[in-house]
Amino acid sequence: MNEMVITRAEREARLEGMGCKRKRVEDVRFTQGKGQYVDDIKLPGMLHGDFVRSQYAHANIKRIDASKALALPGVVAVITAEELKPLGLHWMPTLAGDVQAVLADGRVSFQNQEIAFVVAENRYIADDAIQLIEVEYEELPVIVDPFRAMDPDAPVLRPDLAGKTTGAHGPRKHHNHIFEWTIGDKSATDDAFANAEVTIKELISYHRTHPSPLETCQCLASFDKIKGELTLYGTFQAPHVIRTVASLLSKIPEHKIHVIAPDIGGGFGNKVGAYAGYICSIVASIVTGLPVKWVEDRMENLSTTSFARDYHMTTEIAATKDGKVTGLRVHVLADHGAFDSCADPSKWPAGFMNIVTGSYDFPVAHLAVDGVYTNKAPGGVAYRCSFRVTEAAYCIERAMDILAQKLGMDPADLRMKNFIRREQFPYQSALGWEYDSGDYHLAMQKAMDAIGYRELRAEQKAKQEAFRRGETREIMGIGVTFFTEIVGAGPSKNCDILGVAMFDSAEIRIHPTGSIIARMGSKSQGQGHETTWAQIIATELGIPADDIMIEEGNTDTAPYGLGTYGSRSTPVAGAAIAMAARKIKNKAQMIAAHLLEVSEYDLEWDIDGFRVKGNPERVKTMKEIAWAAYNSPPPGLEPGLEAVNYYDPPNMTYPFGAYFCVMDIDVDTGVAKIRRFYALDDCGTRINPMIIEGQVHGGLTEAFAIAMGQEIKYDEMGNVQGASFMDFFLPTAVETPHWETDFTVTPSPHHPIGAKGVGESPNVGGVPAFSNAVNDAFGFLGTTHIQMPHDAWRVWEVARRLGLHG
Amino acid sequence: MSEIDTIPVSLTVNGRKVQRFVEPRTLLIHFLREELNLTGAHIGCETSHCGACTVEIDGASVKSCTMFAVQANGASVTTVEGLANADGTLHALQEGFRQMHGLQCGFCTPGMLMRAKVLLSENPDPTEEEIRFGIAGNLCRCTGYQNIVKAIQYAAAKLNGRTYQEAAE
Amino acid sequence: MIPGPFVYHRPASVGEAVGLLAAHGEDARPFAGGHSLIPMMKLRMAAPSHLVDLAGISDLATIRDEGSTVVIGATVTQAALIRSDLLAARLPILRETALQIADPQIRTKGTLGGNVANGDPGNDMPALMQCLGATYVLAGPDGSREVAARDFYEAAYFTLLQPGEILTAVRIPVPPAGHGYAYEKLKRKIGDYATAAAAVVLTLDGSTVASAAIALTNVASTPLFAEEASRLVVGTSLDAATVKAAAEAAKAITDPATDGRGTAEYRREMAGVMVARALVKAADRARTGA
Repeated sequence: MNEMVITRAEREARLEGMGCKRKRVEDVRFTQGKGQYVDDIKLPGMLHGDFVRSQYAHANIKRIDASKALALPGVVAVITAEELKPLGLHWMPTLAGDVQAVLADGRVSFQNQEIAFVVAENRYIADDAIQLIEVEYEELPVIVDPFRAMDPDAPVLRPDLAGKTTGAHGPRKHHNHIFEWTIGDKSATDDAFANAEVTIKELISYHRTHPSPLETCQCLASFDKIKGELTLYGTFQAPHVIRTVASLLSKIPEHKIHVIAPDIGGGFGNKVGAYAGYICSIVASIVTGLPVKWVEDRMENLSTTSFARDYHMTTEIAATKDGKVTGLRVHVLADHGAFDSCADPSKWPAGFMNIVTGSYDFPVAHLAVDGVYTNKAPGGVAYRCSFRVTEAAYCIERAMDILAQKLGMDPADLRMKNFIRREQFPYQSALGWEYDSGDYHLAMQKAMDAIGYRELRAEQKAKQEAFRRGETREIMGIGVTFFTEIVGAGPSKNCDILGVAMFDSAEIRIHPTGSIIARMGSKSQGQGHETTWAQIIATELGIPADDIMIEEGNTDTAPYGLGTYGSRSTPVAGAAIAMAARKIKNKAQMIAAHLLEVSEYDLEWDIDGFRVKGNPERVKTMKEIAWAAYNSPPPGLEPGLEAVNYYDPPNMTYPFGAYFCVMDIDVDTGVAKIRRFYALDDCGTRINPMIIEGQVHGGLTEAFAIAMGQEIKYDEMGNVQGASFMDFFLPTAVETPHWETDFTVTPSPHHPIGAKGVGESPNVGGVPAFSNAVNDAFGFLGTTHIQMPHDAWRVWEVARRLGLHG
Repeated sequence: MSEIDTIPVSLTVNGRKVQRFVEPRTLLIHFLREELNLTGAHIGCETSHCGACTVEIDGASVKSCTMFAVQANGASVTTVEGLANADGTLHALQEGFRQMHGLQCGFCTPGMLMRAKVLLSENPDPTEEEIRFGIAGNLCRCTGYQNIVKAIQYAAAKLNGRTYQEAAE
Repeated sequence: MIPGPFVYHRPASVGEAVGLLAAHGEDARPFAGGHSLIPMMKLRMAAPSHLVDLAGISDLATIRDEGSTVVIGATVTQAALIRSDLLAARLPILRETALQIADPQIRTKGTLGGNVANGDPGNDMPALMQCLGATYVLAGPDGSREVAARDFYEAAYFTLLQPGEILTAVRIPVPPAGHGYAYEKLKRKIGDYATAAAAVVLTLDGSTVASAAIALTNVASTPLFAEEASRLVVGTSLDAATVKAAAEAAKAITDPATDGRGTAEYRREMAGVMVARALVKAADRARTGA
């Protein structure tokens, strides 16, 4: 019967637990067109809502005439601020402590702002009706440049805040000022600069862009008048938060609101916030008694439902002559648009920008951030990043290159010289964080060896000489980046959203036959949680992943959680899963001891069950224990085998990585060609290497787009430019480079399975790698900092200014 | 708005004859999704850039958001719901996308699969460069395309009776 | 983004189509692939109340070899241009250009006739047709007439096509065997219109340029036939100075707009770069017979 003996390795492999490249559960339905996204859901009698939007960036609204639209057959209602006022819903609170007009209340403050919500029998009639609604405007002066927002004579952008000298985050210095946020030891930092041998100072801007998932924001609200219950389907990265916000705004008790986030076609931060479309759909459903669907189009998505970045960072580093950094001073001018609806933990108006000291051992640092209003779309979401971390990483990684150039040092060597050393972890940063773990020197050296860094530098030098001799019109850039992220928001001592602490949760229930259903407060938008969460449970509980069903997104059944963004799912929900599993395992151990008639302490865990120490033949598998848990539990022990965990992490996690980009630039066209891109990531324990690699590929592609051209631009009148996929740069397979991935593993010491989160690292580290490559290519010709985005014409302009075109 | 009469369209969708009366302005993507409840093809951009709405019409790849249903009168349309083999097993592309992790959120996937199907019918053994050029009308925000390329290579190998060998990095 | 309502017509002949356009006047629009018109209708920037679908007119979908001329029907798609063995042999620049238009799906719907007739300065085929010295066959209520591509374009979206007329075919004189050609297009990504593009067809007599035609895409409100630049290279060996002079002459007639693709200055300079690169590539092909 030898063939029946299953080896330990086979038992382990059968689980498809952590560390294995498990194929995704989700793909079975997605590859057959059977995913269920919001717009796939139809309810009987369903109506469609659509917005009339402002032509102007700043104007008073003198008149709205909807009479022709209301006369159109099939139009059910037209809702304006006037209709919302009696309900108190014409304004809504934002996540950042500001308020935002749901529908324009006599004034529009950015182009495409929502003015009226048309409800009709189908989307065709709704669109026809929009054409028939007349809006009379009185144009007002516009501010699009954040550097002009606090001019003494700047127009007042928020008359509703007149006289308010204090905002949600302290004093306001000007009528268009939102907040000033500072951290760090200012006088010590000023001293470091006063005594510095070398300093650099540069305005480093990170332009406005947009997450733009392929599925836009959408929802379907259905209010049952008889039961007084609201069902809200939506593209929600944080369904529970949406339920709480919907309850607070609508006064419908939270238990009578059922929020369901079905399959989501990408989020990247875009689907964290609460948008006017959600509120209007809910109101329309309450008013009409019928389900109301709202699906934004791409232009609306790019120009209204949030934005990302728009950070203008004046950055200074103090250092010694031999390249040891002694101080960092950063001032940020943050353009928040017309309303401060930035999606950050509520006490963090500039997110975690104070990770700006990066991977380096800065003895002192100071950061000040001023937020201002402009006539642009509101928002400020973490586009595939953890709350301004990509801005911080870009800032410090550009600045380190600028310092290297000033010192005449190699940028990789400068980084090596200033890294936080392995033995310094846990490391207290000058701006208040405790980095959990890292081995930066190891990672950097591995990356440099893998890409052949020194050889590339030699090649670059030869090419520069050839360029000077006129033998080539190409210049070569090597972008070096070493980033440290801060993810996993977050500890309740630091982080909350509207007062709700940023824990996350898991509930695991083992059925009598040993299969499992588990539900989490997180919500996948493509990350593959149905696959990976089962892998954690499989390893923890010894049940094959294929016997574990994962459910997310239904607030009636899933435990309360804060959702998926900021790479928080693995650090927080992932920890909750492990902790819930361990609760189950503790009970299972009691049951196994009972079944085996030994003491619990005589048992040890072995892959898929408990065995008696020193007697490996005496085993109870988790499946056997599950049956017994229901049908023959030990006397005095309640039947069943399930557990819930709400996990409040003790600290954030700090993934890091070393990225290298090799680029060749045609100075005559400004076209940059990516020759190689190498990404080494350390995200701690790796749950599914296949999915990690996929996340890195996707994040790098987004980083490539952002650095090389993706931008939400406005003209001086506040007209949004190029809000379609013709102009908004989403690379196709042809433009997208080939990605090389690699890794080191430094587990997080405080996380139950040591995992850190990876989804956003490639965006955070990728953008500076591309930008540094462009800057590195031109550096030998005398440039110090070239602003993003690096699309061909802007790169060509640099060559033009340098006189390279003869 | 003037009242416009609906007109008949009849076409074959996934091998099934379909006849409906539609407004002439009904876009094919809405016809498929709303009238026929074939929600596999998606709308991502509405300006014919993203390709999430891609279906096969008479052997060619078409963006169904930029075509009226009446234009497909008499045509044979295949959507992702009709991609699986006649015996119910998954098409080599469906298998390849799962094996090679060629999808994440899944929103672009139906369009990408249908485009890849026609690509392989026109070029049964494409190079990486040909695949990249051949799927350039389909945007993916999640994968960075690299694994999609592998997925299509996997399918090409399978359809050609070979076992896919991943190229060494 | 939903088009406004319209009445749909699907004529079976050119005569019937012309009759429909005459009957409905300015409220009617002909269309073939629809990939220019439908997006405009979805934005409600175009709202024709009658659409005349040319796809049912089978005569318009053929490519004919008439010896010294190739006649391409208006509804021949970009995909069909790419597939055509005849064109590959006799007018390979059509394939090279068509492959740089939009993406595979759009090329299955987009037609040569639509591309040249709608007057969008971003379209690639009009400049190519000017380069090749093509003529357009226009059918109207009073019969058929021909207009040279070099005369056809007046301003953005304004052409010599009269209301009620349909462009039915493009007649292209076939350049001599062994000619050199290139369509060089700078664009931000697949699917984009040109930042600047240049079409070049030339013949060599030994190492001397015997004939040359150069035209430019998307650097003015119309396609541009670069007459002076074309003339400059004839009789030369296409040395670096001549290439530079031709590029300068081509740049001089451009008047690009600043847009997301770059400043007017950049786009003008890129027109020069594309001309220079297309000339070099075309001459190289003529020399090597590639």
